[in-house]
Amino acid sequence: MNTKTKDLRIPLYLGLIALSLFMLVPFYWMVISSLKLNKDVFSVPMKWWPGTMHWENYKIIWKKLPLVTFFFNTAKLTVITTIIQLCTSCFAAYGFTKTRFKGRDLIFLMYVTTIAVPWQVYMVPQFILVSRLGLNDTHLGLILMQAFSAFGVFLIRQFYISIPDELCEAARIDGLNEYGIFGKIVFPLGKPAMATLTIFTFTNVWNDFMGPLIYLKTKELKTIQLGIRMFISQFGADYAWIMAASVCSLIPVIIVFLSCQKFFVEGVAASGIKG
Amino acid sequence: MKELKITLTSHQKKAIRSNLVGYSFILPNLIGYAIFVFIPVIFSFILSVMKWDGSKAPMEFVGLKNFAQIFGDRIFVQSFLHTIQYALLTVVPTLVLSLLLAVLLNHKLKGIAIFRTALYFPYIASIVAVGAVWNMLFQPDFGPINEFLKFIGISKPPRWVVDVKWAMVAISVVSVWKYMGYYMIVYLAALQGISGSLYEAAGMDGANGVQKLRYITIPMLTPTTFFVLIMLTIQCFKVFDLVYVMTGGGPGNATKTLVNYIYEKAFTSWEFGPASAGAIVLFAVVLVITLIQFAGEKKWSKDLM
Repeated sequence: MNTKTKDLRIPLYLGLIALSLFMLVPFYWMVISSLKLNKDVFSVPMKWWPGTMHWENYKIIWKKLPLVTFFFNTAKLTVITTIIQLCTSCFAAYGFTKTRFKGRDLIFLMYVTTIAVPWQVYMVPQFILVSRLGLNDTHLGLILMQAFSAFGVFLIRQFYISIPDELCEAARIDGLNEYGIFGKIVFPLGKPAMATLTIFTFTNVWNDFMGPLIYLKTKELKTIQLGIRMFISQFGADYAWIMAASVCSLIPVIIVFLSCQKFFVEGVAASGIKG
Repeated sequence: MKELKITLTSHQKKAIRSNLVGYSFILPNLIGYAIFVFIPVIFSFILSVMKWDGSKAPMEFVGLKNFAQIFGDRIFVQSFLHTIQYALLTVVPTLVLSLLLAVLLNHKLKGIAIFRTALYFPYIASIVAVGAVWNMLFQPDFGPINEFLKFIGISKPPRWVVDVKWAMVAISVVSVWKYMGYYMIVYLAALQGISGSLYEAAGMDGANGVQKLRYITIPMLTPTTFFVLIMLTIQCFKVFDLVYVMTGGGPGNATKTLVNYIYEKAFTSWEFGPASAGAIVLFAVVLVITLIQFAGEKKWSKDLM
């Protein structure tokens, strides 16, 4: 078997390199186009390497677009939503797994029945509700509407179930109250599940387009995705600038992805198998 | 007697306290969830039988009129069919390609993680950026894709996103490219759960790589394939962003999907009734798929036992 694997190694590597490059071609094209002149993006024959690098494209879009504001808005939304999501999900997961109270199973049933309902089904009434609360076109409205998810509770709950009850029981005998058990034992043990949920929430909120599209109208409040979209519709023919803006919007995600890709992959695997 | 009474109340007190403690844990999430998810879910059913434009004017009960209206609306029916078309164009290719990628990546080789990262990357890239770049790649007159097609001898390549017949194909290509990395990871996790002894036994019996794939890998992955199939189909019915950024539903209405329809009804013409009726149709589709999933999962878990 070993020798066979060795024989296959070189073609396998070559195949994988070719495939990966093929998958990444659109990103390569994005980057080189962002360094061309607008009129040269579609020059025929296509240039795979621009003669002169027009780095000034990045300066230009930096001036034309309030990118810092967009980045700041997106980061703010992402961080606050993730923190609320994480804290309330861990709390609720502990309540559902390690404590007993009247109505627990009924309330859990409510979560179960709604987890499969896609957001697109209730986005309209949710928007009406948030508007009625006077939170339309505010960051708070957008945060509240996506900070509480059954998915988060389920994900953390799944993990907390695997923490033996004997551990909590022992702590109870030692005189810790429920908050102590949660804070000192269960919460720290749940870090892997929290990492998964953080990654999920981060990418979802950072890349979210439809939510901000519905909720945010004021330019100063817009997120990076909306901002880039706005730029594309305004400067439809300035291809190089559009590509430069797109590259900018991808950089934070690339950084986060490359630095915690282990969690990304494990997270998909964990949530994927559990379904 | 007196003593018993005291113990009872302290017992009750204890029960109340433990109830309160339990609730204190779930309340932060429950309040938010009830207000921002649960109530809107219920409200979407109510809205679907009401006539309302969101103004101060009261809602008016209209029964199933909203449903009659959207099913009589050519654009709604088309949007629904486009969504099915999109699902047909994307589900199977994504599934097959992600499985093949996973099988390729399931080797203990140096640096395999780099390839996994590269193949997964399109999934985490934002749809706005991805849509912008693919729109340019698909540009009909000078875009690299058509330049390539002309180069290999196709003199009249499709006009992609501006062509009624090809726009949905273009969107589907992007969708497959973007999402197969995600399902590849799902498959990879499942592949790692297949016992190596099966392959060893097959190897001793003289099975080659293709036979192993055909007779061990694919059958062992059936539950995962089923799961991926369900997830992909549901995901297809929810598609919005990709269509919005690539074609805006056009040309004409050629790529308008169910959620695009709901969005436009609700947020551009402020007809909440028909929009909610459309949303209930989406709900019904997802519900049916979810029920199939439950039935399937029951079957697999029985098979495993």
